[in-house]
Amino acid sequence: MILESVRRMARQHSVSAMLVFGLVLIPVLYWIGAISIETVNMLGRYMCFAIVAVGLDLIWGYTGILSLCQAFFFSLGGYSMGMYLAHHGGAGGATDPTGRWEVPACLHVVSSKVGVEPLPWFWKPFYDLHWAVLLGLLIPGIVAALIGFVGFRSRVRGVYFAILTQAITVAAWLVFSMNNMKFCGTNGLTNFDKILGHPLSENYVKLALYLATVVSLGSTYFLCHYIVRSRLGRVLIAVRDDENTLRFSGYKPYMYKMFAFTVAAMLAGLGGILYAPQMGIFTPANMEASASILVVIWVAVGGRGSLSGAVLGALAINLLYNFLTSEHNFYLLQWKPDYWPIILGLLFIGVVLIFPNGLIHLWHRLNGQTSKDGNQS
Amino acid sequence: MNATKETRQGSMKEEYLEFSPDTNRLWDKKYLLHVQDITAVFDGFKALDVKALGIAHNELRVIIGPNGAGKTTLCDVISGKTQPTTGKVHFDKEEITHRKETDIALMGIGRKFQTPTVFDSLTTFENMELALPGHQKLWPNLWGKVTNKQKNKIHGILDRVNLLQQAETPAKYLSHGQRQWLAISVLILASPKLLLVDEPAAGLTDSETELTAQLLTELKGDHTLIVIEHDMDFVRQLNSTVTVLNEGKIMAEGPLEKVQKNKEVIEAYLGR
Repeated sequence: MILESVRRMARQHSVSAMLVFGLVLIPVLYWIGAISIETVNMLGRYMCFAIVAVGLDLIWGYTGILSLCQAFFFSLGGYSMGMYLAHHGGAGGATDPTGRWEVPACLHVVSSKVGVEPLPWFWKPFYDLHWAVLLGLLIPGIVAALIGFVGFRSRVRGVYFAILTQAITVAAWLVFSMNNMKFCGTNGLTNFDKILGHPLSENYVKLALYLATVVSLGSTYFLCHYIVRSRLGRVLIAVRDDENTLRFSGYKPYMYKMFAFTVAAMLAGLGGILYAPQMGIFTPANMEASASILVVIWVAVGGRGSLSGAVLGALAINLLYNFLTSEHNFYLLQWKPDYWPIILGLLFIGVVLIFPNGLIHLWHRLNGQTSKDGNQS
Repeated sequence: MNATKETRQGSMKEEYLEFSPDTNRLWDKKYLLHVQDITAVFDGFKALDVKALGIAHNELRVIIGPNGAGKTTLCDVISGKTQPTTGKVHFDKEEITHRKETDIALMGIGRKFQTPTVFDSLTTFENMELALPGHQKLWPNLWGKVTNKQKNKIHGILDRVNLLQQAETPAKYLSHGQRQWLAISVLILASPKLLLVDEPAAGLTDSETELTAQLLTELKGDHTLIVIEHDMDFVRQLNSTVTVLNEGKIMAEGPLEKVQKNKEVIEAYLGR
């Protein structure tokens, strides 16, 4: 029965195909030397973005709440992992006055300027990978639950909630950019070296991190697929359609919104956790206001209210970004990376005007699949 | 018993005034819902000024009145959507005046809005499913499934209102009449103690209206209903006690034939 349902899913969902593609085809291509480890690494990073996008789709596409702080949650995960990696980073650190802790190199460089020597208390739990991963998931979850509890209970809605989340993101970005907050300021977390004793520069580590990302993306997809297909998922859609009516049926919409928002935040955190070791650096630039808006664009272009659409959008736009931000000599046109924002803007406008349901809807239409409006996954 | 009968004939309006929460709460036994001295003031405009209104157990009460008479506002106050400026609402021996919509709904007051509100992206069946009583909590919904018994019950009700064919159709594709029925079906399935039905016949054809009236009369036996309606033919079919609201105040109460003869009522509403 399980096998049958897996088969059915594989037939119905393009993400399953993507999963096979990611788990089998890419490693094989790498082994035979068709693609470089850099490409594998790049795909891994883009899949981290896809995890964030799936989370946003849950809260925005299904529940109808536009969140502009997904990049902040992503960064909370990224910083957790980054602090672990910095702890085990390369040379250049210093011993803290107590003699029990090593101050990581990136922190030492920044904090010695403001005269801080001991290792701040909040760095300590991240020495251990288990704690770093756990906190990287829990911290965004708890922060989201708090924002949700305050915002949703007092019925902050629509554009006001979006503005609230953006304000929080900007505030967090300012906090993380300050040198005296001891998060390494605008330099960010750098000088990563080893994960569990394995050097990050080695190809096998990069491949392993890539595979871990593919598995995480797959799990994320199936988790969200399960959620949106459950009765809870139908309540989420009902929240999107008409929250007020739901109240008169005895539901507490704020609980459901908090749930979706928290899950989305934890998924963004997961994306950040996997992104930090693959990127090799984690800076406050990852939580700039524009980064969150970018997540919204991925989901909008890919297809709001469709989980595979979110994955498709995140991967397609980032691959396009990768291609178009290098110099190309097209037939008549000397392509410059500066043109990218224009293309991104046009793409967004084009999708909104021509395919309001995103690229995945177009894909379904080409395949002759009739899908329930807004609910396909 | 005798008192109830007299009330239904509308001659006992003064009787309600004798009861206050401090004195003898005799009406607890008699009425499922009791509204007392309710006023609702919006920007200095008194939308509602009801001295007393009692709905007995298993009664079907029809509230009529011209546009802007405060019928929907009364529903809003009862269901917790609007906070009254003064006064008290008692339901099932408890005061519910300042409770939240969700809590009032969970206590057993269900509502159908004037414009039939259904969840557009969900199918007819899914709309019904969300109305199943006792399934409003978050976590159980993550793994809970509809039992066959519940499924049969939903199908039974949908069959009754000719919506079985549309069970798998997203609600946005339903016609206006079908949406009305879906909204009523949702209410029937939720089976609350008190049903507030706001304009169930609006925009329906004659035969559709007839079926709606039939459905509501059937519920009368074991549910308490408040039906707000404009359509006099429909009101006649319901054959119940009528309360006439005008400018926020109760103008008359009693059987339709009697109310229709009331001069004030004719002037305010029926005569126009």
